[in-house]
Amino acid sequence: MNLAFKDIRKNLGRFVITTIGIGMLLMVVMGMAGIYRGLLEDATFLIHKIGADLWIVQQDTRGPFAELSRVPNSLVYRAQAVPGVTSAREFVFHTIQREHRGALLRMSILGLSWPEDKGDWLQLVAGRPLRENHYEMIADKSLGLELGEKLKLGKDEYTIVGITNGMVSTGGDGMAFTTLLDSQAIQFDSPSEAIRLERAARDNRGQTSEVFVQQPQLTEQLALPTSQLPAVAAPSLSAVLVTIKPGADLLKIQALIESWQDVSVYTTAGQEDLLVQGIVDKARKQLFMFRVLLTIIAAIIMALIIYTLTLDKIYAIALLKLIGAPNRVILGMILQQAMLLGGLGYLVAYTAGMQLFPKFPRRVVLTNEDLIQLAVVVFIISILSSLMGIWKALKVEPNEVLMS
Amino acid sequence: MNINISERTQALEPSLAKLAIETRELRKVYGEGNTEVVAMKDASVSVRQGEVVALLGPSGSGKSTFLTAIGLINPPSSGQIWIGGELVLDGPDAQTDVRAFRRKHIGFVFQKSNLIDFLNARENVQIAMELNGLSHRAAGKRAQELLDSLGVGDRANHEVSMLSGGQQQRVAVARALANHPSVLLADEPTAALDSHRGRQVMELFRDVARQHGAGVIVVTHDHRTLDVFDTIYEMEDGVIRVSEPQSNH
Repeated sequence: MNLAFKDIRKNLGRFVITTIGIGMLLMVVMGMAGIYRGLLEDATFLIHKIGADLWIVQQDTRGPFAELSRVPNSLVYRAQAVPGVTSAREFVFHTIQREHRGALLRMSILGLSWPEDKGDWLQLVAGRPLRENHYEMIADKSLGLELGEKLKLGKDEYTIVGITNGMVSTGGDGMAFTTLLDSQAIQFDSPSEAIRLERAARDNRGQTSEVFVQQPQLTEQLALPTSQLPAVAAPSLSAVLVTIKPGADLLKIQALIESWQDVSVYTTAGQEDLLVQGIVDKARKQLFMFRVLLTIIAAIIMALIIYTLTLDKIYAIALLKLIGAPNRVILGMILQQAMLLGGLGYLVAYTAGMQLFPKFPRRVVLTNEDLIQLAVVVFIISILSSLMGIWKALKVEPNEVLMS
Repeated sequence: MNINISERTQALEPSLAKLAIETRELRKVYGEGNTEVVAMKDASVSVRQGEVVALLGPSGSGKSTFLTAIGLINPPSSGQIWIGGELVLDGPDAQTDVRAFRRKHIGFVFQKSNLIDFLNARENVQIAMELNGLSHRAAGKRAQELLDSLGVGDRANHEVSMLSGGQQQRVAVARALANHPSVLLADEPTAALDSHRGRQVMELFRDVARQHGAGVIVVTHDHRTLDVFDTIYEMEDGVIRVSEPQSNH
């Protein structure tokens, strides 16, 4: 006869409510791990998807995700000339936050190297890749934009032609993909008035400059946007992505490019490390601390519940001892109840989590490794939480039946 | 409780073979020095198999101390307890695993309901046998038979809280008898019952003693049922002595 089940049967309502409570608590612990995994996956997702072998960024920076990086457009051609390199392409990446349909819309924009890259590598759930080199955009589902919807960014309007799913930036913002030029236009967009004022200022400066006086045609160049001025334009790429030939020595190519003195070069693994150690590491530690605290709280609550359940049946325990029940029967009863509470709580956590986590604003990723780890932790805290009840049960004397 | 389990070295004494239980000069002392209280003084009692014994006495006379001592719950400070011809306690020292011995040889019935509330009537009886190694099925079958024989078979699947006081006592008796005990100990088993039910329970003990050959010791204040008993002991200030049957009947 299983005494643990018999006791639970008698107090079924309370046991169910307690189990649900424990389950909810464990769900939060589970969710914390899932949020960390989500952060990690979000942070490294784009790096994997882009599929470059080497990332050339501004020297001594850890760009383009961990910090701002600016490299000149000409770097693409220099990289292409390196022996062993199959292709080199521009990478422009920036995050904007604009108002759209009366609400704030935050998105990370990635510029595709038109015409080589039209976004064919993106897994679209609706629509198509880019067909035009201007004013078309592929947006992630998480941005809430619909196919065919028009989105005004700066002075231009972009049409959503494709929808992806799960494409988020390292910060968890939904991604949007345009051609490189469009992405730069969005990034360097200035209000008309600011442009007019800047042009006027340039004209004024030009009139006093010997160069412009001697070469008046140069003044026409002053009308261009700052980013397009050949002589003074700031570097406008975030990075250059390099793909190497099969069999080529990655480290050798990396060392060669790094010898240029004006850039830093990272492998994909290096980029991942930068992100994990930089952006995600503090969040990981924070979440880990919360998980530890919540696990301790869950253990304390479970211990108190098991202890209370034991107190409730202290007379029955004394009676069992009186009729000769060995300690293992009594301890087994308490331990089984603790294990059942933990086990069912875990199932509640998993089931509820599977329903609720997809509704969270950021991705919650449950991995088998984390689930197994939590199951082991629950198993251990179930045992630990039963110790107080077991200690109490061991102290009960059979003659307490006579005294009660 | 400081009990050391030692090897069973005591052989069955031929002279005790017919005795269900015998106590020899049991003494129980609580505290020491100025706070010393002697709760039981040289209590020597013999109960034969099939004999029904009543133990009378005012509150604080030492009845419960005696009962818990022979029930192997609260060992005496000195003296011996023999059950079924086997020395079980020699002073505070156990000569065997007392809990296992209690499970196999001693049945208990108490004043108030002493049933496990999360088990139904049959399970309360069944658990005693399962703890003693009987299979679940066999224990369930015998539990039902015992309940039937005690007139509460139709209440077997009821929660104990749904049973009347008399029915609960019958279930407790059934559990006490489950493992064919050598000794049945009852502490004021009729206190919560009316006189009619009280007499029924006392007669039940007598029948049990006769049919199962158990020695039955009942602590009681109910003088109306003393005619049921073979021997009556009286206890006062920790001293136990045989009472004359004629004077009590």
